[in-house]
Amino acid sequence: MNFPILSSLILLPIVGALFLFFTKDKEGNNLTAKYVALFTTVVNFLISIYLWISFDQSTSSFQFVEDRVWIEGFINYKVGVDGISILFIILTTFITPICIISVNNSVKNRLRDFLIAILIMESFMIGVFCALDLVVFYLFFEAGLIPMFLIIGIWGGARRVYSAFKFFLYTLLGSVLMLVAIISIYWITGTTDVVQLYEIGIDVKYQNLLWLAFFSSFAVKTPMWPVHTWLPDAHVEAPTAGSVLLAAILLKMAGYGFIRFSLGLFPIASEVFTPLIYTLSVIAIIFTSLIALMQEDMKKLIAYSSVAHMGFVTLGIFTLQQQGIEGSIIQMISHGLVSAALFLTVGVVYDRMHSRLISTYGGLVSVIPKYSILFMLFALASLGLPGTSGFIGEFLILMGAFKDNFLVAVIASIGVILGAAYMLWLYKRVVFGKLINEDLKKILDLNRSEYFILSCLAVPILFFGFYPDPLINTIEVSVTDLINMHNSNIASK
Amino acid sequence: MENLNLVLPEIFISLSIMFLLVLGVFKKDSSKIIFILSLFAILITAIITINETFSVSRETLFNESVVIDSLSSLMKIITLVGGFLVLVISSSYLKTFKIYNIEYPILILSSILGMMVMISSNDLIVFYMGLELQSLALYVLATYNRDQLKSSEAGLKYFVLSALSSGLLLYGCSLVYGFSGSTNFDIISNQLNSNEYVLTFGIVFILVGLAFKISAVPFHMWAPDVYEGSPTTVTLFFTMVPKIAALTVFIRFLYVPFLNLIDQWQMIIVFLSIASMIFGAVAAIGQTNIKRLIAYSSISHIGYTLAGLATASNEGIQSSIIYISIYVVMNLALFCCLLMLRRKDQYYEDISDLSGLSKNHPILSLCLLVILFSLAGIPPLAGFFAKFYVFIAVLEQSMYFLAIVGLLSTVVAAFYYLRIIKIIYFDKEKDKYDTDHSLWLKFSLTVSTILILLYFIFPSQLIEVVSRINII
Repeated sequence: MNFPILSSLILLPIVGALFLFFTKDKEGNNLTAKYVALFTTVVNFLISIYLWISFDQSTSSFQFVEDRVWIEGFINYKVGVDGISILFIILTTFITPICIISVNNSVKNRLRDFLIAILIMESFMIGVFCALDLVVFYLFFEAGLIPMFLIIGIWGGARRVYSAFKFFLYTLLGSVLMLVAIISIYWITGTTDVVQLYEIGIDVKYQNLLWLAFFSSFAVKTPMWPVHTWLPDAHVEAPTAGSVLLAAILLKMAGYGFIRFSLGLFPIASEVFTPLIYTLSVIAIIFTSLIALMQEDMKKLIAYSSVAHMGFVTLGIFTLQQQGIEGSIIQMISHGLVSAALFLTVGVVYDRMHSRLISTYGGLVSVIPKYSILFMLFALASLGLPGTSGFIGEFLILMGAFKDNFLVAVIASIGVILGAAYMLWLYKRVVFGKLINEDLKKILDLNRSEYFILSCLAVPILFFGFYPDPLINTIEVSVTDLINMHNSNIASK
Repeated sequence: MENLNLVLPEIFISLSIMFLLVLGVFKKDSSKIIFILSLFAILITAIITINETFSVSRETLFNESVVIDSLSSLMKIITLVGGFLVLVISSSYLKTFKIYNIEYPILILSSILGMMVMISSNDLIVFYMGLELQSLALYVLATYNRDQLKSSEAGLKYFVLSALSSGLLLYGCSLVYGFSGSTNFDIISNQLNSNEYVLTFGIVFILVGLAFKISAVPFHMWAPDVYEGSPTTVTLFFTMVPKIAALTVFIRFLYVPFLNLIDQWQMIIVFLSIASMIFGAVAAIGQTNIKRLIAYSSISHIGYTLAGLATASNEGIQSSIIYISIYVVMNLALFCCLLMLRRKDQYYEDISDLSGLSKNHPILSLCLLVILFSLAGIPPLAGFFAKFYVFIAVLEQSMYFLAIVGLLSTVVAAFYYLRIIKIIYFDKEKDKYDTDHSLWLKFSLTVSTILILLYFIFPSQLIEVVSRINII
């Protein structure tokens, strides 16, 4: 048996968290704790890069599979990666160290506990992306609620309690139906192993209800209109690092779930419900873009833009076209990088001015030029300017959509314009214009660590914008096989 | 000649009770020694139970009125362990209230004896005898802190309502006897003619009586008051141990004599289950006293246990037993935390007293965090697996409505558990509590919390033990 590389990816952050737990909590800036956490996550990132390098791109079967008996004769602890999930794992291990570097100013008290929560969160998120058993997936999927609830509730802003409750209860409510569906699948087919389920297939007469049960969970987590309302609250009140984790990784769990489970397990139901997804996605794109235009709070604006971007993702997945699904995956990766960067840029000025209101700012370009340049890059990436990773995703999704449904694609394209409108208007109001607020004159430009993490995010955004091949090569075979499997399922019906 | 070894645990514990009683009467200031001796008595009983009965698959004694099988031996062991832990962590609490007397351990031992008789009973009369023995001991225990008005009130309330329910139960028993001609479970099962509608009345009366004992809705009214008024350690005993015995009797009643009448009682159990889950979850939201809150939460947990029983399958029964075992551990841990909220000889039991606990007592709050999330059924903690097994059994029988209602009520229940976590972690801190707790208290809390936290690593063991139980 080979070295259990995926389990070590999952376990390493927990080991780090345990280590932190037994160190003494110092008041103030606890550098030791930070270095421990940073070291753990960087090592994890390096392992995941090694995983990517040794990953075989020419096959769509699961690699690095570990299969252990967990509950006798019932559930196996089974993990593995294919071209789709490996990118999300790397995204997770890449974003987490950035979060840890960014906690400098935003987290004032109980830094050690905060880092423990983030490390545990990382474990669960990696677990979600490599679980190959429905029950194991559910465990990781739900367990993530606990650290996130604490991150929002303890270290959040003024309305943190309300937001934490809303986040927790909304997602829990969505997920319990998925649990019913998972157990039902077990009784229908006799297994919860995803690979076996792909082969066996699930009887057509059950598919619609099961699909809806999974949908109820993923729709809340994505979030899709009209169950998106927890997201702005959670985002706004969470500390910067929490918002970054939420936007960059937590939202991707649902998109990943749609591809892996909804498409993979219920092909016929996915076909049946495509109009529903199209409708909700298009509403999400247009409606939340319009809402984003009206926001006065920067974090809220970005939160609504996340909903709109995830609308593109769900649209792309259910085009059931090669380009659409590839586009969705790239859009998710890109949104992970861009939204993380945007939340961090907002965090930078928030730490200095303690205000998220757009009206507080204006004319920043004359006092903090470095910041303004990076902010511009991220804003442009968010609206999908060619040359940034955001463009590749949106372009592929729209291409897939045009193949499948012309009308939907046209409406979604309007969303792209709206996206440009709210991002550019935000940028204009914050960075350009006259410097009216006197306090702003004393604002400091990016310090070294902020400059470092924002550059870390800028590099892949630009790199994959110009050269998306590494991403596309990784996912291509897996997506092709997924589509083929889907088509053969439809044909055999 | 009967093989008396099989009832050796009961014989031993009753002899110990008599001995301790005599010792207590004749020796002055003997409370400490009696506490220690009763702990040993429970321990030895548990060892005897494991030695003599654990490998027995099914034996009957005394004209088949007592049955020893894997169900009874497992439940007896859980009962004894529960009783032992309650006794071991009570002493400092009792000393604070100056009620550290010889009666306390002896009453606990008597009620345990009653429960063991109940668990093994295969006959209506034996069952009723055991039930009354444990109930009478529990009435006295509820009033144990007799200088406090609330404690006396709790005991009186419990006595009056419990006597009423015992009356109903006895009436049901007499109806069953009248129409089947026997009090023995196995004979009743053979004599049953499912067309006898009067028998249904008998079953309903018996179920009402039993539902009262495990405080399932709509027979739960006594629970919040009694739980709140009784001394905390007695409340701990109430929430754990009698439920195990009553659940066993529930299982035996439904699946030995009345299995053929499943159409008659299945709907009743489903109703009790759904009503308990929903009511327990909703009513707990408004509570301010932790003990009252635990009362409502135990009502909703009983609802999940009943959901497993409603399936009429071995898997369902096994899942209920797993549920109650995990619930016992969680409850024990929760009460350990409650007993640690002590400042200058005064115990605090309001939810607001937990405010900001995480600043001054990080470890205690972490334990509470784990326990509460586990009670709410969030993976990967033990509480999730408890619910998971129950719903697996429920869905195997395609009882979708029960499963969906149950899972939705976990979301409601999650709200009030989260509220406590919010108070512990998000609110302003209060004064520090004392930290000089007894070693046993700390030990029980640590062990139970670790069990809850790490259950997911070895989930198979518990299933293996329980899977020997095949009633149907």
